[in-house]
Amino acid sequence: MSRPQTTPAAGETLPPHGLLEMLYYMRLQRAIEDRGIKLYYQGRIPGAYFTGFGHEATVVGAAYALGPDDLLAPMHRDLAAYLMRGMTVGQVFAQFLDREGGPTRGRDGNVHMGDTRLGILPFISHMAASVPVAAGMALACRQRGEPRVVLTYFGDGATSTGAWHEGVNFAAVFRLPLVLVLENNQYAYSTPLDRQTAAGALVDKASGYGIPGVAVDGNDVLAVYAAVRAAVARARDGDGPTLIECRTMRMRGHSEADTFAYVPAETLRAWAARDPIALFERRLAEDGVLPPEADEAMRSRIAHEVDAGLEWAEASPEPSPSSVADGVFASE
Amino acid sequence: MPQMTYLEAIRDALLSEMRRDSRVFILGEDVGAYGGAFGVTKGFLDEFGPWRVIDGPLAETANVGAGIGAAVMGMRPVVELQFADFISDAFTQVVNVAAKFHWRTRTPLPLVLRMPYGGDIKGGPFHSQCMEAWFVHTPGLKVVAPAFAEDAKGLLTAAIRDPNPVMFFEHKHLYRYRSEEVPAGEHVTPIGRARTVREGTGVSVFSYGWMLRKCLDAAEQVARDGVSAEVVDLRTLSPLDREAILTSVRKTARALVVHEAVRTGGIGAEVASLIAEDAFESLDAPVVRLASEDAPVPHNPTLEAAFQPSVDEIADAIRRLAAY
Repeated sequence: MSRPQTTPAAGETLPPHGLLEMLYYMRLQRAIEDRGIKLYYQGRIPGAYFTGFGHEATVVGAAYALGPDDLLAPMHRDLAAYLMRGMTVGQVFAQFLDREGGPTRGRDGNVHMGDTRLGILPFISHMAASVPVAAGMALACRQRGEPRVVLTYFGDGATSTGAWHEGVNFAAVFRLPLVLVLENNQYAYSTPLDRQTAAGALVDKASGYGIPGVAVDGNDVLAVYAAVRAAVARARDGDGPTLIECRTMRMRGHSEADTFAYVPAETLRAWAARDPIALFERRLAEDGVLPPEADEAMRSRIAHEVDAGLEWAEASPEPSPSSVADGVFASE
Repeated sequence: MPQMTYLEAIRDALLSEMRRDSRVFILGEDVGAYGGAFGVTKGFLDEFGPWRVIDGPLAETANVGAGIGAAVMGMRPVVELQFADFISDAFTQVVNVAAKFHWRTRTPLPLVLRMPYGGDIKGGPFHSQCMEAWFVHTPGLKVVAPAFAEDAKGLLTAAIRDPNPVMFFEHKHLYRYRSEEVPAGEHVTPIGRARTVREGTGVSVFSYGWMLRKCLDAAEQVARDGVSAEVVDLRTLSPLDREAILTSVRKTARALVVHEAVRTGGIGAEVASLIAEDAFESLDAPVVRLASEDAPVPHNPTLEAAFQPSVDEIADAIRRLAAY
């Protein structure tokens, strides 16, 4: 067992279109969630509303490392990952609005969605419940000899659960092709990290399972991408799971109902200066990958997609009350 | 027909389905080289190898969760709980992940959880429980509980082929209770259908599992006094065979429900209220429930005998109902 590394593997060189695609998905998540917040305060989104503000580099960097046949078990701050695997903006808004056109057809709300046809396991509210399930998906790949990898995201709070421990341990014991992406955003609702663990760093937990652990700057999309890409390759080669701790910050409340008063203002200011999208934009501009016209074109494409997606969702009907108990069981 | 025990019938079903369908695999604690705590999977590892007969860690959430994940991918996992009591350690996986899966996603989840349950094995409060009602109260799970070797084979075969999560409650006291006739070759007992195992005219007795066998003994006992009891094996607890229950009670006008699970909030309450709602006018007597005391299962054999319904208590209840 090697000691967990604290520096990412050497950055992978991506072609400019790949870099721009990453930026596009980071911005798209932000734009959809920004609109979602407005809809929520307009009272148009039933129930709670959750966002991934601040998580975009972790979400996109990790999902970008997957191959076309790989599988995903995301959580509630990973909107871009759903889109990258093929969910449409319209479906996302229909889900937010509890409409028939959403992936759960109004049966579950906000980012509690998935689509098994797209290889996305639907998330449930119980943190880390998806980790053993993702291990089982990886088990099926291993049993059938398919060279596929499963990536699951979870937060710092999730690492305190029994489900997380059992799922990680199971995957480690059988050396399953599972990639464990920890979005350490410093708080589980209002509970700070020092109430989740006495470990010096969450990544240190990896050694307890006999798997490698890597800690990366979760606001640096290329660092996340490089680390996850190495973990995906390792998993695909039959060498088992890797824990990647992406250190980031949740820049809004747990949900929009959260006062968020528990985070010191100076902490937020420091993280805001390292906004993952702004950081990446600067880097791309410096490298000449994001000329102003391309930047503008991307922004207007996203604005259009958000408008069109919301329009599509609003045209989607409310689910029929008579359907409420349909499909409790599969018939065949 | 071949003779086999309930345990051998379970093994027979599992073996046949694993030979028939390469998607079927078994996962659980000690199921591989050791052959399972009760020996159901002895020899399986040699025939199917370590990726189809998987010794899981001592971790019910992991094993059940991994079964769910494999089922999502189109495999047909059978997860063996060493004792059904340990399912409490996997509760979220069962009731929140598995049970709601198809309703949320329209994706089938073909998962079988083998649940060795029940008492009369001197197992005490953590190795003897009957927790089927927890799962009957959870939409999205099928719950079956065979009383005979024949149905153990037929229902397990049906459970493995079912596109839904099925909780297969196999009674430990029945494992080696007696050798019985079991159909050779493919044998499927449809989920959701009760079976009248003894025809009668005076009192309907509804039960399942180990208590069903006691009910048959009690029916034999009261027959000597001229009381005709009809004994209906519910076999499936969710979805309940409402028609079979109503048909029998409309014939006899008297109903007794017997189960080993504790009384309050059990299957008996569900059967009694079904009869009250839909067959009230057919009744000549109040519906009677016999069940274990509302207490944990005791270890001491004398205490356990006092805890669960006895053949004599069942026979007395049938006589009182017949005389009402």
